[in-house]
Amino acid sequence: MDLRVSRRRKIVNVVMLSLSGVCTALVMGVLFFILGYLFWHGAKSLNWNFLTQVPKPSGQTGGGVANAIAGSAKVLLLATCIGVPIGFLAGVYLAEYSGKTFAFTIRYVVDLLNGVPSIVIGIVAYALVVRPMGHYSALAGGVALGIMMIPIAVRTTEEFLRSVPNSMREGAMALGATRARTIFTVVAPAAISGLISGMMLNLARVAGETAPLLFTALGNMFWSRGWLQPIATLPVTIYNYAIAPEEDLHQQAWAAGFVLLFLVLGINVTARMIIARGSASARR
Amino acid sequence: MATSFPVEPRVIVRSPRTFIERLRGGDQIALLTTLVCAVTIIVVVALIVVELWMNSQPAIKAFGWHFLTSSTWDPNAEKFGALPFIYGTCLTSALALLIAIPLGIAAAIFLAEMAPPQLSNLLTFLIELLAAVPSVIYGLLGIFVLVPLIRDCLVPVLVKFFGYLPIFQGDFYGVSFLSASLVLSVMVAPFIISVSREVLLAVPVEQREAALAVGATKWEATWQIVLPNASTGIIGSVFLALARALGETMAVTMVIGNTPKITASLFSPGYSIAAVIANEFAEASGRLYVSSLIFLGLVLFGLTIVINAVARILVLTTTQRSA
Repeated sequence: MDLRVSRRRKIVNVVMLSLSGVCTALVMGVLFFILGYLFWHGAKSLNWNFLTQVPKPSGQTGGGVANAIAGSAKVLLLATCIGVPIGFLAGVYLAEYSGKTFAFTIRYVVDLLNGVPSIVIGIVAYALVVRPMGHYSALAGGVALGIMMIPIAVRTTEEFLRSVPNSMREGAMALGATRARTIFTVVAPAAISGLISGMMLNLARVAGETAPLLFTALGNMFWSRGWLQPIATLPVTIYNYAIAPEEDLHQQAWAAGFVLLFLVLGINVTARMIIARGSASARR
Repeated sequence: MATSFPVEPRVIVRSPRTFIERLRGGDQIALLTTLVCAVTIIVVVALIVVELWMNSQPAIKAFGWHFLTSSTWDPNAEKFGALPFIYGTCLTSALALLIAIPLGIAAAIFLAEMAPPQLSNLLTFLIELLAAVPSVIYGLLGIFVLVPLIRDCLVPVLVKFFGYLPIFQGDFYGVSFLSASLVLSVMVAPFIISVSREVLLAVPVEQREAALAVGATKWEATWQIVLPNASTGIIGSVFLALARALGETMAVTMVIGNTPKITASLFSPGYSIAAVIANEFAEASGRLYVSSLIFLGLVLFGLTIVINAVARILVLTTTQRSA
């Protein structure tokens, strides 16, 4: 055997493997530099007034994003009320009732919906809600985000219901429970931690969506009453402040970004911990 | 002798038979409700298609196919053409993938084949968190961190060594195709990494062992045995990343420069389909203007549907082959 060839192979081996390690370090480095920068910069601009006041008229410094935080909560509540029930029940249908062909169709359509760009969902919500009503509203934003929540809600529900062992269904039915009673009092409670954390991840995903809110919820400098007025939301506020010329608004954009990221990642980590604990206890 | 006593058949438990009775028992209601919800999803998707199609009719009637090939975008003269936006969307997505694919796959190889499981799991957890970061935050960082960084560090180097290439001609103002592509590549890399890692881990261990047993180095086993095995799934992950890059709105809007222009230079500001909709939709006046923007939305919708379908077929063939 030619020794030189084998040495060349060894060198290639070492070089390429270390290169893959370097790539990993590079990707992680870039990503963490970016996030670290955000946390450092955002936390610096954060203060109590920022969280409790509404924006000042343009030209004045100071003010906060309290209305945007409340607005985001309102729009997300609406979205959850629209997206989660539809998604959950459709997921129940897929996991427990449906035949093969129809289930394939629905799953395909759900994947399709999941792939629709968020800005396109925004256009549709505009055409369905804003145009007939004649004005931008929190409701329109909620509808847009609600539609975006459906696909993940379906998929999580189906996945977690399927992971419940069949013996539980058989046991419940052997005791005389109807199918519906079996599903809603035995199967769903058994999967509850997975379902809840799945919905939390879903919520965190749409909480940062900006594009579908630009021309549905629009934005608002003041507190928004009821559900039918334009409403300020955190992501849209960040966008508007970031592209504004004033330096003070840039600082506020950083702080708002910090708040948004803190909420989104907080929900994410909590949900993932619930899932991890659930699977750990299932293994035991 | 046994005597038989005639026993009157008495129904103790009546099984609910008729539709109405089962409805009362709740079973049929549950079935119907869940079915209605499942059908609602189909209706929603149909509504999306119908709304886009109906609302873009004025533009389709006025411009027809010419809309896709014309490069004039002049709201005042009511002349609309989509080419600069399609060009911007495709260019930035392609460039972003060009950067993200090698980095992403190399990182996936490291995580799946080399890193100890605990480190690999930790890094994957962090990467999945990064995939959850909202796009507006990537845009914010793009404007204030990445763009100055590109201007001060990357562009002088590129101009010095590759300045003769047409893609690196002209002045660099910060917002540009290049900036948008780099921000996009940072955004889609986590997707490629986490999906590719899953696919690589799904390749049976025996394949690696067999390759190592006949004298392959670790790298040769990975490159010549494991990677070809996982290639379909990895290509699927790339297509998913592509679909995401095409539809990405906020981060691109914030750094691409929002100028409808077709040039070879990556330093020049440009525009993308999603960005023009985000910027101009709320302020668009006139039926034809709005309709043209919605037509752009329809084009984007069509693009992502095709890409997603291809990705799904690829992923499906991999899973079926391994099953």
